[in-house]
Amino acid sequence: MIDLSGFGNQLLLGAVITVELALASLAVGLVLGLLGASAKLSSVKSLQWIANGYTTIIRGIPELLTVLIIYFGATSVLMAIGGLFGYEEYIEIGPFAAGVTALGLTFGAYATEVFRGALQSIPKGQNEAAVALGMGRIRTFYRIILPQVWRMALPGLGNLFLVLLKDTALVSVVGLDDIMRKANIAVSSTKEPFLFYSAAAVLYLGLTIVSMSVVYFLEKRANRGIKRA
Amino acid sequence: MDFSVIVEYFPRLMQGTWVSLQLILLSVVLGGVFALPIALARISKNPLISGLPFAYIFFFRGTPLLVQIFLVYYGASQFEVVRESFLWPILKEPFWCAIIAFTLNTSAYTAEIFRGAIQAIPVGEVEACKVVGMTKVQMYRRILLPRAFGIVLPAYGNEIILMLKGSALASTITILDLTGMARTIIARTYTPIEIFLAAGAIYLIISMVVIAIFKQVEKRQNRYLGPNPVKLPDDV
Repeated sequence: MIDLSGFGNQLLLGAVITVELALASLAVGLVLGLLGASAKLSSVKSLQWIANGYTTIIRGIPELLTVLIIYFGATSVLMAIGGLFGYEEYIEIGPFAAGVTALGLTFGAYATEVFRGALQSIPKGQNEAAVALGMGRIRTFYRIILPQVWRMALPGLGNLFLVLLKDTALVSVVGLDDIMRKANIAVSSTKEPFLFYSAAAVLYLGLTIVSMSVVYFLEKRANRGIKRA
Repeated sequence: MDFSVIVEYFPRLMQGTWVSLQLILLSVVLGGVFALPIALARISKNPLISGLPFAYIFFFRGTPLLVQIFLVYYGASQFEVVRESFLWPILKEPFWCAIIAFTLNTSAYTAEIFRGAIQAIPVGEVEACKVVGMTKVQMYRRILLPRAFGIVLPAYGNEIILMLKGSALASTITILDLTGMARTIIARTYTPIEIFLAAGAIYLIISMVVIAIFKQVEKRQNRYLGPNPVKLPDDV
């Protein structure tokens, strides 16, 4: 067995943090993506502009920069807002919260495009049929539209999740104890960088394989009503 | 907010931008060159040939770029053999380590894009080549590769944008690229928002230029489709 000098346990703890960060960002990102897609497809011009600005900016700047801006910038912004309300204490957001915000924003921007494509691919007749049955707008959305959007969007979202999983490594730069930072700590005490970064790579590969199989089963489930040629 | 720091440190940010551009250009060009043989080997039906590219692509697409950079920059120096070899003058330079990691990474992604494009070509065209008696090399050189190039462009443009964003990771191994320079300036001035926003704006401008260039190339490459490609009904 490969000797990890007792750091194997630490790496696994880091993997738990990585998974938590990925899932939390996924939740934030899915909500932002749905909102973004609805805004892009809405007939209100100002909503379209906001959504377009959001996706253009977030998709055009490096994820690392987003993480750094949120981590270092949020403190100044929050303190400025606090100052307006007469709150003068030092406000700081932790690396986890900064990571969820930054990665959620990134995922949301890409998911906006995926959801937009999926929403547009649903025939108008589906909506009309739901209205004819007397369903309200909200009920139509979650009973008729959303299940079909989910099926269409799943392959795209699966790819985005794999990207997100790898982007979680960036949050180690601002000090989150994920796989990457645990590996850094192990390296600085054992001086065996190749071993520990390889171990980290293997952990990420493992997480990738697990996510791929989960997406595969979700896709199979979502497509169970569809006949395959 | 004090935006005068941006003006004051603008020349430094430009220096960083130049380093970023060098990183992106070199690794995209090298990655593109390596990607083609990898893609062709990956398509092979012989598992002995397609197995290695498959593993290569799987590793580089399945692990974070940050891990890959650290493996090249810190990992390689763990071995005495590497430190005494003729490669050491290259491997001790963070700039070249970044180039190596980025090239390996982008060649894996690009190979997948090429593979998808080659396989997206209708079977009929391959059959037509065979019917007129082309050899395999002729078929690839005359028909499949030029066709694949047109199909590949949009996805390849995206890959370059991804590389542009990935290049920010060079700052983690002490390179003063745009992000690295921004962090150095911030360490001195303590104005994170202003400087990071300026850096973000520069990245945004670069990606818009890349997108604009690709739009032009795409227009040229797919010009045989005509100014307004008419979509014929399927049964014609």
